[in-house]
Amino acid sequence: MGTGLGNKQGRGRTSHGPELLRRLLRAKDRMDAASHEEWPVPRLAGVSGVSEAHFARSFKEAFGVPPHRYLLTRRLERATALLRDTNLSITEIAFQTGWNSLGTFGRTFRDVTGESPGELRAREKAIPHQLERVPACFLSAAHRPDLTIAVSEKRRQDVGGSMNGSEETEVP
Amino acid sequence: MSQGVGVVGLYVRDQDEALQFYVEKLGFRVHTDARNGDYRWLTVQHPDQPSFQLGLFTPQSPILDAATAQTLRDIVAKGAMPPLVLVVDDCRAAYDRMCARGVEFTQEPVDRYGTVDAGFRDPSGNGWKMIEAQA
Repeated sequence: MGTGLGNKQGRGRTSHGPELLRRLLRAKDRMDAASHEEWPVPRLAGVSGVSEAHFARSFKEAFGVPPHRYLLTRRLERATALLRDTNLSITEIAFQTGWNSLGTFGRTFRDVTGESPGELRAREKAIPHQLERVPACFLSAAHRPDLTIAVSEKRRQDVGGSMNGSEETEVP
Repeated sequence: MSQGVGVVGLYVRDQDEALQFYVEKLGFRVHTDARNGDYRWLTVQHPDQPSFQLGLFTPQSPILDAATAQTLRDIVAKGAMPPLVLVVDDCRAAYDRMCARGVEFTQEPVDRYGTVDAGFRDPSGNGWKMIEAQA
């Protein structure tokens, strides 16, 4: 197995080597499997066998987004699916998908998707769906909000200070 | 059946490791394992599907230049290769069996859309969805 970044640097952005990338993927998989849980950097770094100091940067280099933002997109994706496919209350969905506060959930949801959870639910419920033939995990990944685009990022940052500067500490 | 898709290949980081995984942990059989110098044509087969071979190939020179081979190994390790689906009779039983053999599951069996599905990865990072056949 690779021993980390030290001996593999100097070949540009994809210099991690497959062994480290595979272990970073494990952290991403674990967030996918339990996005409602808390995933502070030490926990993720432990899954990947990477030092806490290197984890966030390595993850971002590998997957294009910092880990806390990846987790955020996963939570929003799940919340969107629950809004669309279930009759759970919005409060229940917020807590099931990992938010500690209904207010933060609603605000973040609107800032990223452009509509409130209630508006999305009303709109989705009005549309017939024919997606049953697509395996669910691929479908959900395809519906994940793309938070790498500048507009969304800017909008998110414009929301206020609470989300900023949280790369190391997480979490929505 | 005499026409159709015969081989689809995966990229793996190590063919010995992949062979062990697909044969010992998933129950596939070796179809062809032929070496020519550094090159190794390796395919495995699901025991119930004799007309189809799954190729286990390494991105390597001189077929690919070194930088391209490296990029492909990275892409596999990031889990960015296309979806793979394994159909099983009983997803939960297969999950239990494969867990006991040390398969790395990314998703436990879940009931949805009238069937049961789970997710796992091979050692290289290729992601499989395992779906119970619908009656």
